[in-house]
Amino acid sequence: MALKIVKGSIDRMFDKNLQDLVRGIRNHKEDEAKYISTCIDEIKQELKQDNIAVKANAVCKLTYLQMLGYDVSWAAFNIVEVMSSSKFTYKRIGYLAASQCFHENTDVIMLTTNQIRKDLSSPNQYDTGVALTGLSCFVTPDLARDLANDIMTLMSHTKPYIRKKAVLIMYKVFLKYPESLRPAFPRLKEKLEDPDPGVQSAAVNVICELARRNPKNYLSLAPLFFKLMTSSTNNWVLIKIIKLFGALTPLEPRLGKKLIEPLTNLIHRSFSSRVLIFICFGFFKLAHKKSFSDVIVSLCYITVLISLSSGMPNHSASSVFLRISVVKYLGLLAMSKILKTHPKSVQSHKDLILQCLDDKDESIRLRALDLLYGMVSKKNLMEIVKKLMIHVDKAEGTTYRDELLTKIIDICSQSNYQYITNFEWYISILVELTRLEGTRHGHLIASQMLDVAIRVKAIRVFAVAQMATLLDNAHLLTGNMQRNGICEVLYAAAWICGEFSEHLENPVQTLEAMLRPKVATLPGHIQAVYVQNAAKLFATILKNQEGNTDSTAAQETSQMMIDRLPLFVQSANLEVQERASCILQLVKYIQKLQQKDVEVAEEVSALFAGELNPVAPKAQKKVPVPEGLDLDAWINEPPSESESEDEQPKAIFTKEEPKHSRPRHTEVDEKELARRREARKQEQANNPFYIKASPSSQKVYQEAPGVEHIPVVQIDLSVPLKVPGLPMSDQYVKLEEERRQKERAEKKKKEKKKRKEKRSGRGKKHDSGPESEEDITPAHVVDIVTEEMPEKSSKHKKKKQKKEKEEKEKKKKKKHHHHHHHSDGGGEESVQNGTVEEEEPLTFLVFPLPRKVCDIQGNLQDGSQVVVSVIFENKSDSFLKSMEFNVLDSLNSKLQRPEGSGPHDGLTVPFQLPPGVSNEARFVFTVQSIVMPQKLKGTLTFIVKDSSTHEKLDFKLHFTCTSYLITTPCYSDAFAKLLESGDLKSSSVRLEGVNMPFHHLLARICFHHHFSVVERIDSCASMYSRSIQGHHVCLLVKTSGQTVSIDAKCDEPTLLGNVLDEIKQTFSQC
Amino acid sequence: MVCTDNIDFTIPLQPATDRIMIKFVLMVNRQGQTRLSRYYHSVELSRRAALEADVVRYCLSRKKDQCSFVEYKDFKLVYRQYAALYIVVGITDSENELSIYELVHNFVEVLDKYFSRVSELDIMFNLDRVHIILDEMIQNGHIVETNKSRILAPLTTIDKMVDS
Repeated sequence: MALKIVKGSIDRMFDKNLQDLVRGIRNHKEDEAKYISTCIDEIKQELKQDNIAVKANAVCKLTYLQMLGYDVSWAAFNIVEVMSSSKFTYKRIGYLAASQCFHENTDVIMLTTNQIRKDLSSPNQYDTGVALTGLSCFVTPDLARDLANDIMTLMSHTKPYIRKKAVLIMYKVFLKYPESLRPAFPRLKEKLEDPDPGVQSAAVNVICELARRNPKNYLSLAPLFFKLMTSSTNNWVLIKIIKLFGALTPLEPRLGKKLIEPLTNLIHRSFSSRVLIFICFGFFKLAHKKSFSDVIVSLCYITVLISLSSGMPNHSASSVFLRISVVKYLGLLAMSKILKTHPKSVQSHKDLILQCLDDKDESIRLRALDLLYGMVSKKNLMEIVKKLMIHVDKAEGTTYRDELLTKIIDICSQSNYQYITNFEWYISILVELTRLEGTRHGHLIASQMLDVAIRVKAIRVFAVAQMATLLDNAHLLTGNMQRNGICEVLYAAAWICGEFSEHLENPVQTLEAMLRPKVATLPGHIQAVYVQNAAKLFATILKNQEGNTDSTAAQETSQMMIDRLPLFVQSANLEVQERASCILQLVKYIQKLQQKDVEVAEEVSALFAGELNPVAPKAQKKVPVPEGLDLDAWINEPPSESESEDEQPKAIFTKEEPKHSRPRHTEVDEKELARRREARKQEQANNPFYIKASPSSQKVYQEAPGVEHIPVVQIDLSVPLKVPGLPMSDQYVKLEEERRQKERAEKKKKEKKKRKEKRSGRGKKHDSGPESEEDITPAHVVDIVTEEMPEKSSKHKKKKQKKEKEEKEKKKKKKHHHHHHHSDGGGEESVQNGTVEEEEPLTFLVFPLPRKVCDIQGNLQDGSQVVVSVIFENKSDSFLKSMEFNVLDSLNSKLQRPEGSGPHDGLTVPFQLPPGVSNEARFVFTVQSIVMPQKLKGTLTFIVKDSSTHEKLDFKLHFTCTSYLITTPCYSDAFAKLLESGDLKSSSVRLEGVNMPFHHLLARICFHHHFSVVERIDSCASMYSRSIQGHHVCLLVKTSGQTVSIDAKCDEPTLLGNVLDEIKQTFSQC
Repeated sequence: MVCTDNIDFTIPLQPATDRIMIKFVLMVNRQGQTRLSRYYHSVELSRRAALEADVVRYCLSRKKDQCSFVEYKDFKLVYRQYAALYIVVGITDSENELSIYELVHNFVEVLDKYFSRVSELDIMFNLDRVHIILDEMIQNGHIVETNKSRILAPLTTIDKMVDS
């Protein structure tokens, strides 16, 4: 009896194959998990058996379970066993399981190398085939290295079935083991002409993929592909070839012309079939290359298709056998490709695209939105946004509406609000968007409001008025707890009202609105801002009421604060609590003072004095990493992951930062200020580390595009600044039109005048047609934040760095003395010792005798200017005055002298030097060619006060090529594009015996030679820098052991050679 | 002839996922049950289930007359519906959407030819065979073969081997 049961169960075990398993799972719908776990137990039993057939069956079932999401990695070894079975039916089960379950990190893969090699060389083509297929799924770098040769041999196998698989898997091998590409390449190329179309197609696939990365190398294959294109009938292959040509045409413009004919042939050949669209579409992938002139024609094709499909659905569907929606989608996709090169032709279809926004299909709507983003101009922005706003109102479903909202904001804010001509309109749009129900993007709107209000100074009055209304109507926004996302807007509103409270019409009312009990239902961080800004408002109100003889109004305000603030003191949010109790105490104190009739407004507002300046998000990058500081190293061991999980970065919070750290200086009266200024000047004059603003240096600063220096034009607005109630953005469209018309009229007038002066003969043809982009002047100007750091910080840095300078020798007074020493020194010794300060590179020249330190900086604004900062230090005991700096100009470099002075005159150094004091002066040089390093001879003359003798000091200035480079960050994709562009010359250098960690090495190159790291992978890194004249310099630094090889590319070979020499020198010194 | 010496054989570094044109092929039914899955880049098992569920939800939410392309996270989905069965292909941006759209149909035609009027059950019970067909058509994320008889040639040989 017992034996029977055992026998039966064994039988069942043998019986249950994949079909049974699938059926069983279907029959156990209620307790599927339980059923499967018993199945897995059975499978485990089966795997213990010696019979390979049973094992294969078990592995087959496991493959199915793996698909359902069960972990079967425990059976990895059994899978390898089944793979090595000699019977093909089992082997393929093993390989299938392996290709599904194995990945690069599966350790049993190591065991398979020999088995796979055996299968690859098996006489049975299907053994080989299945091994190749499996290998493509789990090939590791090790496998690729070990098997590359075997696979390469298979590329010339007699069976096309094997050849095509081998060719295709070679691509994977190249990726895992790049060294294999060189030996395999000739054979790969051969396969393009293989008699079997399958092998051809595989080779096209692989080369197309390789060429996409590095098109230049494959240019020589163009004729071959040309032949293939005209002969091949396989549409999939055609698509690939067209794609390949898409990568090649930018490198060889003639190719584009040559392609037109075969491509048009293709289109005609396949007309009125689905292949038409097929080909057209491939065509468009090509179209983003400028060299392609036929694009317009093809654009017509696709436009016709779109219009057909939207106008007469039945007709179009029958003619192309594709669903309308598919055609529409592809058409829009194609348009976005064309948009990049032919924006005009796409823009003419604006209405068509706007129509697509009405489509039922979300994919199509999103595509259309994407297109609109690229289509906006100053002229049509308002119109497009107006249409979008209509769609926002109509849109169903929050996801799409949120997408619309973000797109509107994206469109408007792209490239620093480039297309916005009227910011009042934009603020109104933002305010309108706050009325959206249930959006998740409240914080996005809020950050836009803040950004605009901070950066567009002219708009603040208007913005503040709008925000005040928003605050007043806050109940509309917060009424429904579900619409929580939008209350983020109140954050911005409160902050703007507080920060720019001087523009408020009725601050008391706003203050009241901010202290309503309802506010306590808002999220904590918003309440905190409310409280803080209530205090700011309070300060403004006090200030406004200062003049009044009747102080009751001010006292009433204080009383209101005292009445309302306790609500916030009880808040559960710590931040709110803290701020509220702090401010409450402050107000109570103020009230006491008020009762004693003490004037407090001045002091209270001093709490919040000071202007906020926007800081570029990348400003931090400009601060160089000091030598020896390794940013990648952990200071403390990383905390466990769970701790960092609940951190939620929010853009809004970072905005808050500057507010806290901003200096709050009290205002002092004029006299006091003047006195302090005097004292400071005195102090600065004697401070060896203070860099004084010498006349020439001032000039340099002016050229730097600092925030302060951008003139903010206050344009007479043709719109009333105060709009009662919530604004309607629509009105701006009309107003804007009027404004432009007015401007145009004025311009015309001016032009007429000009023409009169110029006389009709040469006058430009006046175009009275539609205004061009440039003609539209913005009504408000944005403060563009360039990547400049506040000057203060950079100076600070400099001071520090100078402190670290090695001791400075005495500057001797006697002429003969000096000469003597100079010859002793044996010329100058140049020590590259720069830290990078802002964008300018520096090189320090240390002279052995007259300790003069100088740095040479490229001038960003002018490709031919170099600024040399020289630090003069008086090490003698006497007072030095009347210093004159002169340089013997070379053909290439000239010292810039003030107008009217001769070419050999010296420049007066604008300060005198007491004993032991150093100071800095800046001199501007004009440089013509920057490809060679050079030395300039110069002299410094001065008078020693005590002896009243004239002294002279000789020096040399060493302009290295490095000093013409400017650290410029570069993104890897831009970098790759640059390398692909192909007009760079290459060169390389090898450094032996470099004994330092790789990251130190990189830091050194960055530091001394003004490069920035683009990408670093293990012991290989790509770096980038730019010269002041815009030459690109790209480095690929590789290290192995003590040898470092640097492959470099630059569009100026001489410059490159010199830079490499300098790098070599840097490392030979260490 | 090409002089290979001048050719720079370095393969520029880029995110690994970008190298695969076809990321995965899925067959799912209306109930969201996976009937076939094939990944051409390694995805953790735990994330596969979530991805599949998400993808299916996405496709199911779309109406029949809407277009077959969905932008999903950083890649695209091309799907076609056959009765209750959805075939979903995940592709990178640089792949041609239409060619994949056609490939899916080609795949179904091949299945139809092999199983003579293919149904969901055929696919379920002959998962290994469907895999063989798919592997003949797509290898490491690229299309290898589109000719129906050539795709089926290995499979028919195998069937003969099993029978004998």
